[in-house]
Formats: sequence, C-alpha cells, structure tokens
Amino acid sequence: MNVLSIEGLTVDFNTAEGSVRAVDDVSFVVPENRTVALVGESGSGKTVISQTIMGLLPDAASISSGKVILADPTGAEPPVDIATLERKGPRMRHLRGNRIAIIFQEPMTSLSPLHTIGDQIGEAALLHRNVSGAQARELTRDMLRLVQFPDPERALDTYPFELSGGLRQRAMIAMAMICRPALLIADEPTTALDVTIQADILKLMREVQAELRMSVLLITHDFGVVANMADEIAVIYHGRIMEKGTARQLFSDPRHDYLKALLNAVPSFHMDRDERLVPIRPIILKSEDLTRNRPHCDVAPGEPLVEMRGVTKKFTLRKGSFLGGKPKTLTALDDINLTIRRGECLGLVGESGSGKTTAAKAILRAINLQGGKVLYNRGKGLEDIAALQGADLMDYRRRVQLIFQDPFSSLNPRRTINDTLMEPFEVHGIGTPQERAERARSLMNLVGLDPRFLRRYPHSFSGGQRQRIGIARALALNPEFILCDEPTSALDVSVQAQILNLLQDLKRDLNLTYLFVSHNLAVVDYLADRIAVMCRGRLVEVGETRTVTGNPLHPYTKALLSAVPEPDLSAQLDFAALDANRASEPQLWPEPFRLTDGVVPSLVEMEPDHFVCAPGLKNSGALEGTAA
Amino acid sequence: MMIPTLLVISLLIFFIIELPSGDYISNQIAALKSSGEQSSIAKLEFLRREFSLDRPFFERYLVWVGLWPGPHGFEGLIQGNWGWSFEFDKPVDQVIGPTLPLTIVLNFATILFVYVVSFPIGIYSATRQYSWGDYGFTFLGYLGLATPNFLLALILLYLFNRWFGLSVGGLMAPEYIDQPWSLGKATSVLAHLIVPTIVIGTSGTAAMIRRLRANLLDELHKQYVTTGRAKGLKESQLLVKYPLRMAINPFIADIGNLIPSLVSGSVIVSVVMSLPTVGPVLLSALQSQDQFLSGFILLFVAVLTLIGMLISDLLLAVLDPRIRLGGGASS
Repeated sequence: MNVLSIEGLTVDFNTAEGSVRAVDDVSFVVPENRTVALVGESGSGKTVISQTIMGLLPDAASISSGKVILADPTGAEPPVDIATLERKGPRMRHLRGNRIAIIFQEPMTSLSPLHTIGDQIGEAALLHRNVSGAQARELTRDMLRLVQFPDPERALDTYPFELSGGLRQRAMIAMAMICRPALLIADEPTTALDVTIQADILKLMREVQAELRMSVLLITHDFGVVANMADEIAVIYHGRIMEKGTARQLFSDPRHDYLKALLNAVPSFHMDRDERLVPIRPIILKSEDLTRNRPHCDVAPGEPLVEMRGVTKKFTLRKGSFLGGKPKTLTALDDINLTIRRGECLGLVGESGSGKTTAAKAILRAINLQGGKVLYNRGKGLEDIAALQGADLMDYRRRVQLIFQDPFSSLNPRRTINDTLMEPFEVHGIGTPQERAERARSLMNLVGLDPRFLRRYPHSFSGGQRQRIGIARALALNPEFILCDEPTSALDVSVQAQILNLLQDLKRDLNLTYLFVSHNLAVVDYLADRIAVMCRGRLVEVGETRTVTGNPLHPYTKALLSAVPEPDLSAQLDFAALDANRASEPQLWPEPFRLTDGVVPSLVEMEPDHFVCAPGLKNSGALEGTAA
Repeated sequence: MMIPTLLVISLLIFFIIELPSGDYISNQIAALKSSGEQSSIAKLEFLRREFSLDRPFFERYLVWVGLWPGPHGFEGLIQGNWGWSFEFDKPVDQVIGPTLPLTIVLNFATILFVYVVSFPIGIYSATRQYSWGDYGFTFLGYLGLATPNFLLALILLYLFNRWFGLSVGGLMAPEYIDQPWSLGKATSVLAHLIVPTIVIGTSGTAAMIRRLRANLLDELHKQYVTTGRAKGLKESQLLVKYPLRMAINPFIADIGNLIPSLVSGSVIVSVVMSLPTVGPVLLSALQSQDQFLSGFILLFVAVLTLIGMLISDLLLAVLDPRIRLGGGASS
C-alpha cells in the first residue's frame, strides 16, 4: 500500500518577473514502511515538493496541476488529496504534525530558543491527541526515551541552546514522532551534523521507523546517506524526475547522465591518489596572471613552514562571581604539537568542538594562547608569531590567509564583490587604483567567475559562487599558506567537487600550502597529503593520508572512519557496531590510549611517520618507533 | 554597579553645568555693579559663601553631593537636601515638587500610549506585509515622524477646544490649579493628558511600529516558525507563541532609553502647551545658570534612566532563558 502517491505534480512560483516552474510533472510513490530518497542539488525543487506535502508552500507558489494523495495505512481516515486542501485551513492543520511530520536540516534554528524542549515537543500532542498537559508531558518523556536522550526527565525542562546539535536533532525527531505519523519527511536531516552524530541519527531513524512502521521521504544530496537508508530513489533535477527505481538498480546501473555525473562527483575512500573528481560544471583554471607576479617563497618544499609547539588554549565558560566560585574552563587546545610542511596539504579532522577551528585561529594569531607558541618560517628560519609586530606582522598577515566555512555570512551583504576584493589591497596599501582594479578582475578570472560580476552584491550569487569569491579574496594578497575552515561543508556534492578541484589546481599552480580543516573524512582523504585527527582539544593521530585511513591505530580515528557513510551499497554502515565504537570520551579509550585529565597527550611514533597519541606507550621505550 | 555609575554621572553633570564662566550670583553681582548698587552686593557675597560657591571645583561638587562639610555641615543630595534655586528663591524640592508627579504621570501615559498603539499596528503590518493596510499605516507613520510636535500640539489643542470645550494649555482646567485633589480635578487632569500624550508619543509610536514590523518580519521567516506551523498550530497561536516572543526583546531592552528622551524630548511641547512638567523648568534653569536646580533635574533624569535599565534587564532575564541561563557560555 502506498502511503503517499504524487501524480503529475506541477508547482509554479509567481514572481514579479513572471511565473517560474519549480516542480514539473513529478510523480512518485512512498510505500508503507519504506524509505524513499529524493536526491538532487539545491534549487532542484526537492524542498518545494516537501513543502507541498506539508501544505507549507509560500503564498507566491501555486499548485498548477497534479495530485498529492495521502492514504493512512491504519485506515482510520479516508485518503485525502493534499493539493486540493486549503493550506492554512483546519483540514490541512489536522494532517500537519499529526499524520505527516517533518524534520529539518538545521537543528540549531528549527527550535525556538525561548521555549523548553518539553514544551515544544508536547505541543504537537496537545494539538492532535486530545490529551491534558500532564499526559502530554508523559508522552514527551516517552518520546525522548525512544530517541535515546540520556536523561529524558531532565531534558523536558532544558532549552535548545543547552543541547548539542545531535541532541537537538533527536528532539526534532521526537517532536515529529509524538503523534505517530504515517509519513515522515526528513529534509536533509544530517547535513549539519558531524559524521559520528550523523551515523547515530541515521541509526535512530531506522529504529524508530521499524518500531512505528512509518514511511519516510528522505530528501538529501548525500549519496552516502542514500546508500545507507533508502529502499527506493528518485533523482530530481530542475524540478523534473530524471530517474527513479530501487536503490540497487540505481547504484549498480545508473542510466541517466545526470545521475552518473552526480555519482562521479562524490569523493570516496576507494579513489586512486591521482584520480580526480568530475564536477558537473568544472572550472578551467587561468592562473597565468597570478603566477607571473608571485613573490618567491624561500622555504624549500618539504621543510617545516608552520610549527605548533605545545600550544594550549583554555576558554572560560562562566566567570567566577565577586564572591568567589570557581571559573569553569574548557580546554580547547591541549598541548598541540604539529608541523605543517611547505607545499603540503594537511587535513585537520575532528568532530565539532574538537578544537580544530581553534587550532586554525591560533595559527592566524586571532586568539591569545595560554601556553606554547606557533612558529612560522618567512624564509629566515622559524619565528614565533606572537613576537611579530608592525610591518613584520602585516607581512605575516599577507602570507597567511583564511577561507571561511559559511559562504553566506562571510561576505558583507552591503558591499559589492569589487569592494570585498579590493579591501585587502586597501588594508595593506598595495598598488594604485588601476592596478587594484586589474587585480580584482584577474582574481575573478582565476576562480572562474565573469569579471563583469564585480559590481554585483553577494545575494545574487549561489553558495558555490560565493565560496569562489571567498577563495578569490583569500588569494588577493598572494599568500603562501591558506587555512581552509570547512570550505565545502555548506555546499552540494557537485559544487563541492568543483571547489575541491579548484583548491587542488590552485595549490599546484601557485605552490600553496594548505591546512584543510574538515569533519568530512572523505573530502580530507581526497585533498590532503597528511591527516591530523583531533578529539576534545587533543591531537590523537598524525600521519600520511593513506596510512591513517587505511590503517587507523587510534580508537577515535577508527570510530570516525567507521561512521562515514559511503555511496556504495556493498559498503554499508554497520549500525550495530556503532555503539560499541563510541569513542569520543578520552577517559574511556583502552590502554595505552587512555587519557585522563592532567595527562600530557604525547604523540608516539608507532609506525614510520605515523604518530599516535598513546601516553601508555610513552615510557615503555621498547615499543616507541616500532610498528605496532 | 548603579552607585558608582550615579557618582560618575553626577560628577559629569556638575562639571558640564559649571562649564560656562561664572555662576548665578556672580552674574547678579556683575549686573548690580554696573548699576552701582553696593548694598545688595554684600548680601550676595554672603549667599556665595553660604552655598560654598567660592570654594574650589571638587569641594563644591562634594558639598553638593553631601560628601564634604559645607558651611552648615554635611548637607547635600545624600542627606536629602536638594539645594537652593536662586531663580525662584526657593529650595529646589519646592520648585520641582509639584511638577514631578505630573511629569511622571505624563511620561507613563506616553509610554503606555506608544506600546498600546504600536503593538497591534506593528503586528498587523508585519503579518500582512505589502497589503493596503500595511501601506496605509506606513504612510501614517511617516506622517507622524515628519510632523513637528509643536505644530501637532497646536492643531490638536484647537480641535479639542472646539469639539470638547477643553481649556487650552496646562494639565488641568484653570479653576483647579493650586486646589486640593478632588475627583473633578483628577478627571480634568486625565482629559488634559490626552493631547500631550498623543503629541509626545506620535513620533515614538511611528518609530516603534517600523521597528516592530521589521523585527517581526525577520522572525517570521525563521526556521522555528515553520517548525511550529508544521506541527499544525493555528496561525494566530503560532504568531503569539513564537515570533512575537522573540520580537519584543528589543522593546523591553528599550524601556531604559525611552524615559530620558521623553523628558528631554517633550520640552518644546511642554513650553508650547504650557504644561507644568520638569521640561520648561529645566530649560529656564539652564538659561539662567541656576546650577543646583538644573543639576538636580539632570541627575533625576539619569536616575530614571538607570532604573529603567535595571527594570528592562530584569524583565529580559525573566523572559529570555538564554540571558538567564547562558551567563556568557559562549566560547
């Protein structure tokens, strides 16, 4: 039996410039107790479809034709055609949150910050299940237990900002499940989460689905998630379904060119070292302009360019009051020792909160350290960057640049692209206005954007284009070392492939050195020469990319690797083993890896050029340096 | 925190008031000298000593505050002696006393008016963006912002006088002035409050409608509103429970700023409408360098501001759990 049948759905948006067709003659079904994945890039119309089903389409949108039939498998209510219901009317409200529920992408913003979790989850029960406040609280507690909150009773009265991203997403799932809906729409439910949390949430969704026998419409652009969750797949492009079938059919024998291209754009661990991703819209690099007038770098390839020595950073969480009371601190960086060699790409991996962005900020000298120092080689040997001042500091700032994670908030919406690209020259007083304008044009060319776009404002660009502008800005001062802070985590796979290739080509042509911060191991595996893994402010494993991903020694690295969903049906996640592998608590790591507070997280060379944090091995000199 | 802040503010006020050369009495003396009168000069010199005006700046300041012994021992603001008004030849509390309650009543009525009128209109404008109603209120709002207050005051006074026979100017009908409080006097005050409240509140209302509309529009497009809608909430319930709660935060934070602007902003209107509020008294005191009077009024406004800030901070902590529990847990 099909819980949801969409037949010939067409949705138009009426804008000032005329009518835009967002969804064009789309038909597919979601059978009972099955998961159907709707796969496509941003702007493909997949979210519009989910809005149509929920009756949440904006006022400018209208359903031009087609049916959206919801048939409750319990038979309690006759099938209804959602397309004919009034969107804000009582019949649609009766279905929303009751028979159909939705989980959104951003757990950070989809909960109101001013209301407790219990209040927000219980609200749906109060609306639809005809229960009293106390009963709703009881139901909410049961739901929180179902989604495996550590302490459901206490969680009822917590506010969203007190919870981590993973817990917030669990709360969202509890909210969606509380009325036991026939259909759950999961709109990119794990895109904003870490890999390990993502694996947990995917596992949870499967378990809840099995328990409540509900159907799931999974909207995503991540083929790794699709391979692990979906029974059936529909691929959508520009509002049209390109291809649909069972997961087995589509992964083993993709027919449509678009699907083939999408699959080619996903980085995976099985790629050869020199194999390249094939983006759907590749950028041809024109770097002649920049290579011509690049300053020569005096550090020989392979020599240390940056060195972190015992870098320690603590944040004060809550200040002690006047009357005493201990200030709470969080160790974001605990005695980090790391070398970045000239010309390499070092991947820095870890979950959110592991300290990887703080490490990047320490190198930028954007924060003050409590201990240790960061050394940088400007061709005159390693210098402590904390001692740099005046002209030397400006010189350092020119050499080291940053690419941000979020291309939407890292560009000032009130300045044109030209203003944004010119600013570095103004700050550093480089060139005449004509030369600056010329540079801005060549930078746009470099990242594959039309220089005529310079007069536009950021809002007229897509996420991938904005990220390219961010890259152009970072390159403006001819740096030699670039910190990339999760530059592709906010982007679609096809755009991600484009940006990754662009970064790779730039590194080759401009002799750049990268520190690539990311939580996506597959991406780091594709780009990085060496990998450093961080957990809770400690560096736990450093080594050649292939050695680390092929033969991880530290339990945390193993857990991280086992949680990455691969776009391959034959390499599915082992959900049963996930709990056993839970390894983000340093006190619970087995010997010799166990770390308790106060123990120095020292690195031991367990294989040639493969360092692992194993304080237990530190003093048993016999093992040091030998292959473990 | 409030006490050191008040001390710093009082010092600044005293400093600024004393910036113009001379004081009320030395100006008097100069005027008398030019007209050749010697006898009164001796009396004025005595007054100067009496009010410690002949002492150095910091001593004068401390005497005023009450931290330094004056000619008659500790006698300053802390001890409840608010000083002497030279212009009115009365103690400051007698000059201000009758006007203070009326000022507070008027300001409170104005704040109430601003909030009561702007909230429904702001919500209406935001939820029906670009509708005729929205455009209409926008137009009225700009009109309110652009019309000079005194002009509005004159027009309204004329109309109220023609339609309801209300006496022009003042805060009560002439026959009640200096009479003990009675029911008739209270109703008269209430009737006379209407025009000043509208006049003083109009521009504030217009500004607040615009800001509430903008805030609410921002919130209405946030994800958590969609979440609420996806739960099946009615639009009206949804609006009140989620976006409105978020959108009123800036307004609560604003209470502290509202009070001084209402006192100082209403000076011209008060002069035009001859309202017995603190505003006109402050104006004349500043003009004639009546330093104790003007100093006290300015300090009074500062105290009102601080109290307003305190209230808004407490309210915010009650309403917003992020402020109550967050306690700087940002990293």
